[in-house]
Amino acid sequence: MDSKRRDFLKIAGLTAIAGIAAPSAFNTLLKGEAIASAGQAAAGGHGAAAPTGKRYGMVIDVKKFTENPGLAEQCVSACHTIHNVPDFGNRKDEVKWIWIESYEHTFPTESQYKRPDALKDMPILTLCNHCDNPPCVRACPTKATYKKKDGIVGMDYHRCIGCRFCMAACPYGARSFNWRDPRGKDANGQPFIKAENPKYPTRMRGVVEKCNFCTERLAIGQIPACVEVAAQTKALVFGDMNDPNSEISQVLKTSFTIQRNPAIGTHPSLFYII
Amino acid sequence: MIEKAFKGSTGYWVWMLFLLSIMGVGGLCYVQQFNYGLGITGMSRDVTWGVYISQFTFLVGVAAGGLMLVLPYYIHNYKAFGRIVILGEFMAIAAIAMCLMFIIADLGQPMRAMNVLLHPTPNSMLFWDMIVLNGYLFLNILCGWVVLQSEYKGVKYPKWIKPFIYLSIPWAISIHTVTAFLYCGLPGRHFWLTAILAPRFLASAFAAGPALLMVIAMILKKTTKFDVGREAQDKLVTIIGYAAMLNFFFLGCEFFVAYYSQIPGHMHTLDYLFWGLGHGDQVYNNLVPFMRASVIMGLAGIALIFVSRAKQSDGLLVISCLLIFIAFWIDKGLGLVLGGFVPSPLEYVTEYVPSVQELGITAAIWATGFFILSILYKVAISVKLEKEA
Repeated sequence: MDSKRRDFLKIAGLTAIAGIAAPSAFNTLLKGEAIASAGQAAAGGHGAAAPTGKRYGMVIDVKKFTENPGLAEQCVSACHTIHNVPDFGNRKDEVKWIWIESYEHTFPTESQYKRPDALKDMPILTLCNHCDNPPCVRACPTKATYKKKDGIVGMDYHRCIGCRFCMAACPYGARSFNWRDPRGKDANGQPFIKAENPKYPTRMRGVVEKCNFCTERLAIGQIPACVEVAAQTKALVFGDMNDPNSEISQVLKTSFTIQRNPAIGTHPSLFYII
Repeated sequence: MIEKAFKGSTGYWVWMLFLLSIMGVGGLCYVQQFNYGLGITGMSRDVTWGVYISQFTFLVGVAAGGLMLVLPYYIHNYKAFGRIVILGEFMAIAAIAMCLMFIIADLGQPMRAMNVLLHPTPNSMLFWDMIVLNGYLFLNILCGWVVLQSEYKGVKYPKWIKPFIYLSIPWAISIHTVTAFLYCGLPGRHFWLTAILAPRFLASAFAAGPALLMVIAMILKKTTKFDVGREAQDKLVTIIGYAAMLNFFFLGCEFFVAYYSQIPGHMHTLDYLFWGLGHGDQVYNNLVPFMRASVIMGLAGIALIFVSRAKQSDGLLVISCLLIFIAFWIDKGLGLVLGGFVPSPLEYVTEYVPSVQELGITAAIWATGFFILSILYKVAISVKLEKEA
């Protein structure tokens, strides 16, 4: 066999192997999410949910927070107390799981033109969207952040290497990094965690954290802390969006809701009634 | 062969001691960072990557730049690169070593770095980056050392090394492509979300890497008897010049898409980098002077590098290469990574200024890179000069 012919056969063989391996490799790369999102896109825009299984979601009725001044702050405080979220007292080191944001910053992709004045001072609760197609989970190099079967995007503080790739990937600014030791004290000897809750672990410095939809409370039959605070007003409705009889399904069926930046295909589990 | 690194002139030892002192100071800064946490840097909740990751990104390019020597020499049998190709391979080793150090410096939990191997995650681009960077480091150590050792022994390099050399060529492309994919696959960051990010990275790499090499080659020509040769010099001018032009063409494409489409998200970061971004009552523009200087220096460098060849002026060649190198260092080593965080996805503007400790650690890693580079070049040049004498 002359050398050119042999070379040709070698290349042809390699190409064939690559051709067979490529689709499966590509599927591994996307973890089958390409297929899932294709199915959802067909269902049409926002509100589309994973076809089967439990999927937790939340509806935030923004008007009710204006009607009940101080409620939003109570939700934030309940969450941060229960989860030992440190308060460093500055924006640079800030760690937050749920916080109050203005309309223009929560929905920068919505038109800001000729909006009602009431929107200006409206307190809007902002937290992790627990996306059905989460960019942070795709980015994490150690599976320290992962998507659970019930739709919650979780964090393993003990595996996180602190590369902050997930923070660059999150399109909603929902993630915080422990730039310094959250278990420490400030210059005046005040601890960053005011009153430690022994039922939830504190974190160490150098890891990322965020809202976990109170997965530890759901496990023992409780509802998320913020939802519990807002229970009387029904400003926050939490539940399984795939259960047609759940309260959240009823709300989603009867109210017009919007999601944050739905155009980028993340399929958030948070819905806002403005 | 390594013993050559332990014999040198006073100048060599002064240079090495100078680098060691920077490494020492930076080492102390790192101890501080290790004990306090990354809060000691200028990074914040909104700007989560700073000079460490931007230096890493730029240096991946410097490493990939070695390709522009390996490819003509080994594939096209371009003999004039015979003396310079080893410098390219050894520069890649030093550059990748710096990249890995910058990543470790940036980790919140550096002791857990091995988790990337313990829990391999193929859907993460950082996982692939780890693989291609370490693979490229291995390939360059292997190819560079084996070829040089053969030359030292006065024989032709063994046949088995050829496949590794060929493999290193697409591998060089892969390191910078995967590094670009770290950025351009993130849905919420308009500035990075562009399909020409990898091509742009490669274009700037193929200019900046050889430009640095050329400056070093000129210094070696002055301080030692080692001369890469006029023909190699002239060929490199072509490579650097065209790669630099290609980079500016890609940059121009970015400008067109942003400003002709008028999509705010696409314009914001370019506004911030080149004109200043107004937000509330304030205009944020701390990178504007750098970015404008980068464009001017880059264009001036391209013009001068061709003049230098026409006039056969080594002095002008060094100046033009320095201009191009610094221009692309600003473009990628500052603007690209830092700009991506402004504005934040919630459209807040937070500016970033590195801290003293952060700059100390950065300087120390650069010094370590040059330390490694000096040892490798000392060995390579001693062997080459010995064989030719």
